[in-house]
Amino acid sequence: MDSPSPFPPASQPSPPPRSSAPRLVLRGVTKRFPGCLANDSVDLVLQPGEIHALLGENGAGKSTLVKIIYGVLHADSGSLLWEGEEVTVADPAAARRLGIGMVFQHFSLFDTLTVTENISLGLDNPGPMKDLAERVRAVSERYGLALDPGRHVHSLSVGERQRVEIVRCLLQNPKLLIMDEPTSVLTPQEVEKLFETLRRLAAEGCTILYISHKLEEIRSLCDRATVLRGGRVVGACDPRRETARGLAEMMIGTELAAPVRPPQAAPGAARLQVRGLSTRSADPFATNLKDIGFEVRAGEILGIAGVAGNGQAELMAALSGEEPSADPDAVRIDGTPAGRLGPKQRRRLGLAFVPEERLGRGAVPEMSLADNALLSGYAREPLVSGGMVRHGRARAYADRIIGAFNVVARGHGAEARSLSGGNLQKFIIGREILQRPGLLVVGQPTWGVDAGAAAAIHKALIELARGGAAVLVISQDLDELFVLSDRIAVLFHGRLSDSRPAQETSVEEIGLLMGGMFGNGSDGGEAAGNGETARAV
Amino acid sequence: MTELALLGPILAAMMTAATPLLFAALGELVVEKSGVLNLGVEGMMLVGAVCGFAAAVTTGSSTVGFIGGAAAGAAVSAVFGVLVLFLLANQVATGLALTLFGIGLSALIGQGFVGIPLADLPELNVPGLTDLPVIGKALFGQDALVYLALFMVPAVHWFLFHTRAGLKLRAVGENQSAAHALGYKVIGIRFLAVLFGGAMSGMAGAYLSLSYTPMWAEGLTGGRGWIAVALVVFATWKPARVLVGAWLFGGVTIAQLHIQGLGIEVPSQLLSMLPYIATVVVLVVISRDVARIRLNAPASLGKVFHPDA
Repeated sequence: MDSPSPFPPASQPSPPPRSSAPRLVLRGVTKRFPGCLANDSVDLVLQPGEIHALLGENGAGKSTLVKIIYGVLHADSGSLLWEGEEVTVADPAAARRLGIGMVFQHFSLFDTLTVTENISLGLDNPGPMKDLAERVRAVSERYGLALDPGRHVHSLSVGERQRVEIVRCLLQNPKLLIMDEPTSVLTPQEVEKLFETLRRLAAEGCTILYISHKLEEIRSLCDRATVLRGGRVVGACDPRRETARGLAEMMIGTELAAPVRPPQAAPGAARLQVRGLSTRSADPFATNLKDIGFEVRAGEILGIAGVAGNGQAELMAALSGEEPSADPDAVRIDGTPAGRLGPKQRRRLGLAFVPEERLGRGAVPEMSLADNALLSGYAREPLVSGGMVRHGRARAYADRIIGAFNVVARGHGAEARSLSGGNLQKFIIGREILQRPGLLVVGQPTWGVDAGAAAAIHKALIELARGGAAVLVISQDLDELFVLSDRIAVLFHGRLSDSRPAQETSVEEIGLLMGGMFGNGSDGGEAAGNGETARAV
Repeated sequence: MTELALLGPILAAMMTAATPLLFAALGELVVEKSGVLNLGVEGMMLVGAVCGFAAAVTTGSSTVGFIGGAAAGAAVSAVFGVLVLFLLANQVATGLALTLFGIGLSALIGQGFVGIPLADLPELNVPGLTDLPVIGKALFGQDALVYLALFMVPAVHWFLFHTRAGLKLRAVGENQSAAHALGYKVIGIRFLAVLFGGAMSGMAGAYLSLSYTPMWAEGLTGGRGWIAVALVVFATWKPARVLVGAWLFGGVTIAQLHIQGLGIEVPSQLLSMLPYIATVVVLVVISRDVARIRLNAPASLGKVFHPDA
């Protein structure tokens, strides 16, 4: 655990001299929700000018804790000391008056309003719009966060949206800036830019509370880390002196078993062929697909990387049959033209799919697991006969899934929404895999899923592929794609790059493609040298 | 020359026919911009109409009547607001119930007021201008309420798009959870918007019973509340387009009356259907333009808001 990091610590200006009182102290903060103890007497000390990581799995209580600091939630017991004085943070406005700013994980932006209007909403005394637009321009230039104040937010990329949030915080000259999972939607190059900004802020004396479960990032950025598990502080350390594996084991509390990927046998016949797939949506917020072409062979996993909003949702809908295309040959399943078929017919051809949204698309939240098993299982399992539902068989099928995939639930009668994200995702993926599909399309398989469940899901996907199925994974998580994929392609602005073997590419190269630098694909490696990111395996 | 002589009164009548639609639709527009769908406009208009009429007859003052109508509309909308915002009832069902409730309540209150005549409101008379051919009466010979309704168009636009309060209201309607996370009182802002919408519906009703007819009869509003709701979509949530829509529907209403008056051989029932058919046709045409709807429609419209979720 104490083996020295192979990474040189990030070049870090030494923090300014510390005043006597820490910036923020939490003492014994406890928050209980019905059925769960989200924070169990948490203690935390934040010093001026430090970048402090809050580490933990999903459900460890990180988000609850920062919402308490920012006044969105109120602690049941415990106290907050701001610069040595006990305070109660009644609401976010009170937090902002103290000098606390927060960049949310799911951006709190308004699509149809302009950048300036959005920023104005986050300030208590924004002043006239014209002056504010000037200030926005000044701050964004000073910190290298290019922004056009007059643009509508819906026309911005995800990275630009995050800049709006950050500039909104910076305009209040915060003394404490909370960043909740800020990099989950950024390309590696954008991450590096963000880190430069954060280091600069810290050097100016601002405290940064950085929440993430991406260990390499924390190791390169943060001075200190506090680890939460099950709502409790289970450790504190200097992340620059720990290995990623050590941090991960602190987070999950047990040893981490990385999925093993057996070498790929010679790829078989193409099971999914996509040719000249284009879409035209009337929805101005949608991304149109432009001449997408690829194939996935039996026994292989193709990963599609890309920042959210570059056509992932549209590609998923076009492949599942939710949005059939006009050309029957645009999508072929095992050689059969399927472009004009709906989801049910495609399922009969052997296609199974797991959409990105678990609740509402992958499963009906209010329905039992047995009924949810029926929803897609009826196409290939004998769960319906003569138009009548065979409830007994549906329940038995649900039980099989629960058993085979270690789903923690109160049995087949449990409502889908009562399951944790990881367990529901295991159930949904199990529902598809147990139908023995020839072809599986998965969107964001482990988004918001804890590390244990993620490892189980990765293992199941690899086994499915090695058993002769073709698997397509669409994900924004590059680490995940490198674990799973035999080949990786990148979606950008509705276009798909050529795929390249995962072993012959790097995070940097894929990162450049994610930023739209398609080129010929040969000069990617050179340019990657400039965008050093904090990832490596 | 008969055509031109006819055009003057038609234009003037169009302005008056458009006035109740303007009041009600502008009110509903503000409500929907805050993210609440209130389908009870027809009911609130009826209660506003009968209460305004009763107040005017009892006190002898049209001003008191008009204010009374607005207050009654706001009071009915407060019931709706409590149900959907604090008790989290379904907005569509509650709105429909509000209309049915308003129909019954207005009939009950209005029992003693059927058939009582009321003096016309004074009309503007600017020597020279009012006597202008064709447009004189339409533009310079109306009563105060017509001008008030017209004034509300820029007023609502200015409020929504140029004040901070309006920005907050739009933010709440666009993304309720983000607004909450930033510390805005989603429910409080929506409740005020609902009250404003109720008052405007009440004014629309009061205009009908004090000036347009002027008398009270059961079902006086004749479906104008529904047209107002449709007008908001027609206008893609923009006040200036509400004005255009209100004139269009007012014009169709008046035109069918005059066609009947001219004795053209069309069944009168068919002509009476015209404004409603026009509503359906226009809505279908507008809905085809998904882009415009997406860019202007409040994204949280009709969604129930739980502050703790």
